[in-house]
Amino acid sequence: MSSVTDSQWPVWEVFVQTKSGMPHKHCGSVHAPDKEIALQNARDVYTRRSEGTNIWVVPANAITASSPEDIGPFFDPSNDKPYRHPTFYEIPEGVKYM
Amino acid sequence: MENTIQLEELFDAKLERGEFIEPKDWMPEKYRKTLIRQISQHAHSEVIGMQPEGNWITRAPSLRRKAVLLAKVQDEGGHGLYLYSACETLGISRDEVIQQLQSGKAKYSSIFNYPTLTWADMGAIGWLVDGAAIMNQVMLQRTSYGPYSRAMVRICKEESFHQRQGYEIMCVLAKGSPEQKAMAQDALNRWWWPTLMMFGPKDAESSNSAESIKWKIKRETNDELRQKFVDRTVPQAEHLGLTVPDKDLKWNAERNSYDFGEIDWEEFWNVVQGNGPCNKVRIENHVRAHEEGKWVREAAAAYAAKKAKAAQVQVA
Repeated sequence: MSSVTDSQWPVWEVFVQTKSGMPHKHCGSVHAPDKEIALQNARDVYTRRSEGTNIWVVPANAITASSPEDIGPFFDPSNDKPYRHPTFYEIPEGVKYM
Repeated sequence: MENTIQLEELFDAKLERGEFIEPKDWMPEKYRKTLIRQISQHAHSEVIGMQPEGNWITRAPSLRRKAVLLAKVQDEGGHGLYLYSACETLGISRDEVIQQLQSGKAKYSSIFNYPTLTWADMGAIGWLVDGAAIMNQVMLQRTSYGPYSRAMVRICKEESFHQRQGYEIMCVLAKGSPEQKAMAQDALNRWWWPTLMMFGPKDAESSNSAESIKWKIKRETNDELRQKFVDRTVPQAEHLGLTVPDKDLKWNAERNSYDFGEIDWEEFWNVVQGNGPCNKVRIENHVRAHEEGKWVREAAAAYAAKKAKAAQVQVA
């Protein structure tokens, strides 16, 4: 029986752009020793059927994420500022292209 | 304690509203554990599943079949990686899940402990085994854990080619010479019952089932999925002109479903417990491949470290 004490390399998060003009979308992660191999692994794992035109790989530990517990206070401001939405404003009837 | 109760109520309410649970969300420890067990088992199944089919790559009957089989086995490896990636979001390392596989602590689907004796087995595996897996995986696209669900969506998109290429192999053999037809029938005879076992124990005897349904990890029970599989697959066997090896199989007009015979549960548990025809060799191969790849991992890590150091010197 082997013991798996050797490294499986750091984790990289993978973002794939499906075609030019589209945003990059997170699709999973790969393990790789450096950024070049991370890119190659990401290509092999996540774009076997021409799903991508461009890939970003980011060291997983370089990503800072908001906490789910913060969902209220962190995202609240938008709800009490309806004037950020176009429907807040009254435009006289007959005015076009606005 | 009170805090935990509150958090659990919020968690339940979220599931009730049909929302997904994401990695950083609070979740009951048992939910996390169940998911780690299920997702890692699923990942291991994909990876170990490469072996029975890999066995035929060099002996595929044509270049077309060889290219297809190679692509399929590569997909299984890819699916394993999507799932390991999802599993790691629950806070377990890749090292640890691989260790659990190699030490026998973690299981994988017992179907891969049966040998692939003839080329027709490539047809039967694609048609039946992938067919059964798809049944399960389509349901899991709506599983409550976000990363697992997203991995399943990707997998399902790729999986239907697997089943179709298997059925195509069966079609060719079933319409071929008497020897080829016999080979197809023999493969169906050997794979039918182990495939039905893939759905797991009966609902009444499945210890994890009720909780998994409650947590929306699973949306349908083992017996429901198994019935659905039989109902869809029997007409496909008829189309091939092959006979499903079950003397109790018959259409039940009242239930609008097939009745089918009893699974040999003794065989099922025996294989789960490690005594199937190939359990030992599957894990041995995995351990060997892992060990033989060690120098590659070490060399790549050393190269990465050297390059990082050189970059630092340049900056300084």
